[in-house]
Amino acid sequence: MSAAARRAFVPNWWARAAWVAFALYVLYAASQLEFTPARFLAGIEHGAKFVARLFPPDLSRLALLAKGMAESLQIAVLASVLGVLISAPLALAAARNLMPAWATWPARAVMVLCRSFHPVIVAILFVKAVGFGALAGILALTVASVGFLGKLMTEAIEEISLKQVEAVRATGAPFASLVTYAVLPQVFSRLVGFVSYETDANLRNSTMVGIVGAGGIGGTLFAAFQRFDYDFVCTIVLTIIALIMAGEVLTVRVKRVFRA
Amino acid sequence: MTTGAPAAPAASAAVAASAADPRRSTAEAPALRIRGLVKAYVPGTPVLRGIDLDFAPRGITAIIGPSGTGKSTLIRCINRLVEPTAGEILFEGQDLTRLRGAALRLARRHIGMVFQEYNLVERLTVMENLLCGRLGYVTPLDAWLRRYPPRDVERAFELLDTVGLGPHAHARADSLSGGQRQRVGIARAVMQEPRLLLADEPTSSLDPKTSVEIMALVAALSEKHGFPVIINIHNVALAKRFAGRIVGMTGGRVVYDGAPEAITDAHLQTIYGGEDWLH
Amino acid sequence: MSTAPGLAAVEREWRRFTPAERLARFAVYLGIVAAIVASLQSIEIIPEFLYDAPEQIGDMLRRMWPVAWDHYPEGVHAALLDSLHIATLGTLAAVVMAVPVAFLAARNVTPVPWLNYLAKLILVSSRSVNTLIWALFFVAVFGPGALAGTMAIAFHSIGFTGKLLGEALEESNRGTIEALEATGAPRFAVLLKGYWPQVKPAFWAIVLFRWDINVRESAVLGLVGAGGVGMALDTALNLFQWDRVAMVLLAIFAVVVAAEVVVTGIRRRVL
Repeated sequence: MSAAARRAFVPNWWARAAWVAFALYVLYAASQLEFTPARFLAGIEHGAKFVARLFPPDLSRLALLAKGMAESLQIAVLASVLGVLISAPLALAAARNLMPAWATWPARAVMVLCRSFHPVIVAILFVKAVGFGALAGILALTVASVGFLGKLMTEAIEEISLKQVEAVRATGAPFASLVTYAVLPQVFSRLVGFVSYETDANLRNSTMVGIVGAGGIGGTLFAAFQRFDYDFVCTIVLTIIALIMAGEVLTVRVKRVFRA
Repeated sequence: MTTGAPAAPAASAAVAASAADPRRSTAEAPALRIRGLVKAYVPGTPVLRGIDLDFAPRGITAIIGPSGTGKSTLIRCINRLVEPTAGEILFEGQDLTRLRGAALRLARRHIGMVFQEYNLVERLTVMENLLCGRLGYVTPLDAWLRRYPPRDVERAFELLDTVGLGPHAHARADSLSGGQRQRVGIARAVMQEPRLLLADEPTSSLDPKTSVEIMALVAALSEKHGFPVIINIHNVALAKRFAGRIVGMTGGRVVYDGAPEAITDAHLQTIYGGEDWLH
Repeated sequence: MSTAPGLAAVEREWRRFTPAERLARFAVYLGIVAAIVASLQSIEIIPEFLYDAPEQIGDMLRRMWPVAWDHYPEGVHAALLDSLHIATLGTLAAVVMAVPVAFLAARNVTPVPWLNYLAKLILVSSRSVNTLIWALFFVAVFGPGALAGTMAIAFHSIGFTGKLLGEALEESNRGTIEALEATGAPRFAVLLKGYWPQVKPAFWAIVLFRWDINVRESAVLGLVGAGGVGMALDTALNLFQWDRVAMVLLAIFAVVVAAEVVVTGIRRRVL
């Protein structure tokens, strides 16, 4: 038996073809976007100068910074709360294992619509509707939260064991008790995980909706950029990073309290 | 503190009994010497309390003892998967406990290991898993480009046939049964061209019939390729059947070292404690 | 549990949580309520704007109809494709940069605590700064255009990709790695043959997931001048051409839906 004639590895032609195709696409896309090494190098040099202008961070306008950050925090908190309040019943209505079709289809449609647009786009539309300021930001992030939380909550509800629901229903419990005793315990820890992730996401998004006028530190940041006030920009960005890190640590603790 | 025949060279009783029996160790320079091996995971409570053992270049040694007595720790100290707290381990002219980095890797190439949970790369094919045994011998670049020397590939196919898995060369490892996976694990270790084979409870996850097949395979390969085997095993019957020498441990010490025939119920009681399980 | 007459029965209360747990849960609820109250008090809501809102929305919708379909070929199509390219190239760059950081962040791959912290710091910073903010940076560095947008997508995505990849690495089977180390394989070979095959499915899922999100993100980068269809949106908004705004929004919507379909299809067939 000629063992040497046997090959150790079977080549995967499909995978190889896919890689080649992808490599070709990358070259094509780069040329479409006019990426040239020259632009890159020019950018790196310019970037080095730019980064130098970021430091040292400007600490003279802390009051302005604090006001903007506080507003962002408010937006994040209220958007998260409103988001949970709206998406909870919506998700319940959209659960195909618990609800009839005339409830699930509209509920799902609403959630998909909320998810389809980037929060910034939604923020622009709300700025037109309710004017500049934090309200537009809150509403925009609420819409985004409803889309995100709604989808995840519905999936969680649809994955529960119906046997427990059956058992509680058999005791003659009203619908609200059914939810409390059969649905909620099964999904609660996952919900805590989703809500904490979404709160972090809202915190991150609240720092940017200000760029289109929807309130928060984003507006201050954008203004600083336009004034070429780069050392203040640095302060703001560092504060944002610190705030979000703190937020993530906090949500980890909260999750632990609820044993999520 | 040992009872029974001394460790090395082989007991005169054993020599007298069956000098021609290939399972017996012969009076040669030991392939592996362990001196004063101590391991304490938690400082102050040592799991291994000073082990002195020599292993001849041929033959199968089975280490038996109750759970938690340090059998697995002992095996893993040899190839430094576990760091010894004190002692020396002499192999191929070097003290394994003193090696680090590249030197340790080179030494490990000559020590094959078979695991209880097989420890294959599940998503790779059988062939790829086998050739993982040569990773210590090829450059990482060649490993990535899958450029193994033809000689290695040929050996791999031969080995695959020997362990009875020829048709499965390109099957994914996780599609095999437990016994088949262990064969791949053994073949991978033998691919290293080892001077010593360690086996950490290789049959504990297998049914009785497969366990016997695996032990027989290990014995046959040990004989054919000429490397000694140290097996950590808790099935005393299997140990007695396949090993040429039994080392009994309890409480982190060696309490029996000698021929399988010479082990009595009294010895087993010292090792394992309790009476009911013996009958 | 005594029921002898004259002696009170020892009460066995059913408690769901220990006192310490109850305190902790209460503290969390209290904190949430306090945050809500504080936010509500200091938020500036001008009631007139609120009452005005339905009319404003109505006005906006009226101006959006009829949708300016004819604007698509010259105004939107090329920019839309640009956004797709930005999303794809940006995701690619992010993955390339995120993989080494992920290996550094995984405690089982790199058992050096300060390297873990450094890597995690890089990942947190990357994702704390929004794509839009990164875009502002890169527009200042590279000038307006798609290059800034691609870099923004890349640098923001490193954080998520690296974090998820690091978590996948930390879940690898320890035994398999042990076995490869026992053969004397060099470190890189252990990474390649031990960790990589185990995280491959998670890796592709993460990449696909991130690409999907980046398609959404790349559409708005143009609002700050970083290329793509967002620039068409920005122009139309500034000129109050709501029918063109509607066109651009519909185009974005279509692309996002298409991307989701593609991703779901790939996930079902391959993963």
